Amino acid sequence: MRNFHFALLVLFMGPTMGAALATDDLGLPPVPIPQTNPQSAAKIALGDRLFHETRFSSTGEVSCSTCHDEKKAFTDSPLVASEGIRKLRGTRNAPTVINAAYNATQFWDGRSPDLEDQAQHPFVNPLEMGLPDHGPILEIVSSDPEYIDAFRDVFGIEPAKITMQQVTQAIAAFERTVVAGNSAFDRWYFSGQEDAMSESAKRGFQLFLREGRCVSCHSIEQDHALFTDHHFHNIGVGINEIQEKVPPLAKAFLKAKAEGADVDKTVLADKNISHLGRFAVDEQLSSMGAFKTSTLRNIALTAPYMHDGSLATLRDVVVHYNNGGVGKAGDPINPFLSGGIRPLDLSEQQIDDLVAFMEALTSERFVAQTGASNSLDSAVPSRPDRLATTQGE
Amino acid sequence: MTTRRNLLKAGASAMIAGVVPVSMVRLAFAEPEQDFIFAYISDSHIQHIKGNRFVRNWDQGLIRAVAETNLLEPKPDFVLFGGDLAQLATREELDHGAEILSGLRFKTHMVMGEHDYYLDLGEYWSRLFGEHYYSFDHKGVHFVVLNSILTYDDWTHNRWESGERRMAEMAGLDNPNGSPFMVGEKQRAWLKQDLAVVSRDTPLVVLSHSPLQKIYKGWNFWTEDAEQVQKLLQPFRQVNVIYGHVHQIQYNQIGNIAFNSVMATAWPWPYPQSYAQAESHLPVLTVPMNRADPFDERDATGWQLIDLHSGRVDLAYNLYANQNRLVAFNEHSGRPEDKRFQDPANRIVPQTHY
Repeated sequence: MRNFHFALLVLFMGPTMGAALATDDLGLPPVPIPQTNPQSAAKIALGDRLFHETRFSSTGEVSCSTCHDEKKAFTDSPLVASEGIRKLRGTRNAPTVINAAYNATQFWDGRSPDLEDQAQHPFVNPLEMGLPDHGPILEIVSSDPEYIDAFRDVFGIEPAKITMQQVTQAIAAFERTVVAGNSAFDRWYFSGQEDAMSESAKRGFQLFLREGRCVSCHSIEQDHALFTDHHFHNIGVGINEIQEKVPPLAKAFLKAKAEGADVDKTVLADKNISHLGRFAVDEQLSSMGAFKTSTLRNIALTAPYMHDGSLATLRDVVVHYNNGGVGKAGDPINPFLSGGIRPLDLSEQQIDDLVAFMEALTSERFVAQTGASNSLDSAVPSRPDRLATTQGE
Repeated sequence: MTTRRNLLKAGASAMIAGVVPVSMVRLAFAEPEQDFIFAYISDSHIQHIKGNRFVRNWDQGLIRAVAETNLLEPKPDFVLFGGDLAQLATREELDHGAEILSGLRFKTHMVMGEHDYYLDLGEYWSRLFGEHYYSFDHKGVHFVVLNSILTYDDWTHNRWESGERRMAEMAGLDNPNGSPFMVGEKQRAWLKQDLAVVSRDTPLVVLSHSPLQKIYKGWNFWTEDAEQVQKLLQPFRQVNVIYGHVHQIQYNQIGNIAFNSVMATAWPWPYPQSYAQAESHLPVLTVPMNRADPFDERDATGWQLIDLHSGRVDLAYNLYANQNRLVAFNEHSGRPEDKRFQDPANRIVPQTHY
C-alpha cells in the first residue's frame, strides 16, 4: 500500500507544488525549535562564532568546525575516526551537523538528548578539545569584549552570570540553521521533476523501498524525508570484531559505569567499548552493538561510513547489507544482529542502482563538494581489514 | 554472600535490570532460600536444509538467546530448554542445536518436544541429552520434567511406514492425520510415585512441552490426559506448570496450579509471511500474523528470565526489539497476571489504519 501512496503523491504534488517548494527546505519538515531556546539572528550569529572558536580547546587549535567542517559537508571526511587536539584520535566517525537539528537524540549512540546537551561534551573530552572543565570557556566569553556584547545582546546577561547554558544554546541555535534538503531526489519525488534524477537512481529508489529493505529504518514520509527512524540497530558493524569479547567487555564496562566512569570519555577512548553502541547508554540487551540510524541526506559527501568509519564507500555499505550484516558473505554474523538484517540477494546492477539513489540525495547547497569527496574517497582504504591497521597507530 | 535482591537493591545488577523490570524487586520473601532465578529458552526449531546449511533465521534466534543469557549478571542458577530444539528430529538438526546450546555457560535441563521425537521416538535425543522425563530438586523446590508429547501407541507404532512420515504428520497443524499429545499412563504412574515422597508444602515446578491444559486441539495446544495429570498436582500448595510449544504468551490458573507458557526463539504463532527476495525456507503457513513487525524476523520471539520466589514463578519475557513483558503471580488474586497489560485500560489499541 505504501508504495501506492508514494506513487499518487508524485502524481498529485508534482505539477502543482513543484515551483513553490524549490528551496533549500524542499523535502524537509519544519525545524523543531525548543521553547526554551528560541531562534534569533543575533543568537545564530553568536553560535556560528562559538562553533568556530579554537580558543575553547586546550591547544587553541581545535573548534567544533575542525571535525564538522562546512567544506566537508560538516564532517571531517575522509578521516575514519575524528582527530582532536594533538591529532589524538577517538573511536567514532564524525556525523554531519547537516540536519542534526531533526535528530531525536545526538551522537551515534544517542547519549545526548538534544543539540544543547551534545555541545558541552567535546570541549572536555580528552581526545577532542581537551579542556579540564568548562571554566576556560566561561573565562573567555566573560572577558572578550565582543563576546560580552554578544551575550548581553542575545541573552540580556552580564559577563559574570554567563554559564554553559547560554554557550550551548547559542551553538544549538546556529546548528538549527544547518539544514538542507533540495536534492535531486527531492526535486523528483516532491516536485515531480521527471528529469531531476537518473534512471539508475529511480530504479535505486524502488529497490530502496522494496528488495533493499532500506526504508524500514531510513524512513520517508508523504511530504518530507529525513531518512532515519531515530532508532538504534545492530547491523553487524564493529560488534562483529569483538564477538568473543562481548561478555567480559560488557561486564567490565557496566562495573566501571556503576563506579562513576564517564560514558562520553569511555566510548571515545576505548575502541572495543565503543562497539557496544547504544548498550553503553541504556544497558538493554536489545541495544547491544546498536547504533543510531543515520540520515542518508548528503551521504555521498561524508565517506567513510558507520560509527567507526569502517566502510569506505557507499558500495561497501550496500554490499555489507546485501551479505546480511557481514563484510564478506559467509562470515559469522553476530548473535545480537537486528532481526531486520538478512541476506538480500541483490545483483551487481541493483547494488549500483542503490548507490546511484544515495548519490542523488546531495543537497543543492553542498553539491559543489561532490568532486572533492569523490577524490577523497580514493584515499581511504577500501577494506575494513586494512582500516584496522590504519587505526592501530 | 551477595544475594540477588541485594544486588537489585544496590543497583549493581545493571545487566539483569535490563531484562527484569524493577517491579520484580520485593522487600520480603517468605522463604528466602527458595528464591532464585533461572533462564528458559524454548522452541528453536533448528532446521536442516542440506549439507552443512541450516535455516539462518532459526539459528540466529537460538544463538541470540544463548548469547544474551550468557550476559546475565548476576547469573541464573541454571537454564531450561523447553523442547523443539529441532524441526524434523534429524541427527543433523539435534547435533547443530546441541552445539549452539553448548555455548551456554550454565547447566542446562532439557525438555522433549514433538519435533525432537517422532523421527526415532527420541532415541538420538536421548543419546545427547539423557532421560525423556525426570525430576530434580533445587533450593527446596521440586522440579519435574515430563515428556508430554506422547500419543496413542497405535498411532505411534502401527500407522506409518517410516519415521520420516510419522514426524511429518505430527508436525502438521490442523492435520486430520495427527494425534493428540498425552503424558500417558506409564509416565503418570511414575509421576505419582515421584511426588509421593514430596511434602505438600514443597513448591513444585512442572516443565512440559505441550500445555498440561486443553486450549486448542487442532494445533495440539493440548494434552489429552491433562485432567489426570492436574489431579496428581492439585494436592500441592504451590504448583507452577511452564510449557513451550505455543510460541506465544499464555497464562492461566486452575486450582493450585499456575500455568505459564514461554516464547519461541524461532517464530511466533501465528506469524507473517514477510517479503524476502532471498530464499527463506519458512514452512508454509495458513494463518496470517497481525501483531509482529514483518520487517523484523526476531519480532515476537524471545526467551524468559524466571524469578522463583515464595514458591511462585514470575516470567520476564525478553522480546528482543519488542516491548518486554512481565507475567507475575498475584498473591491477592491468586493467579498469574501481566504486570502492565492485565488492566484493559493499559492495553495497546489495535491498529486500524494501515
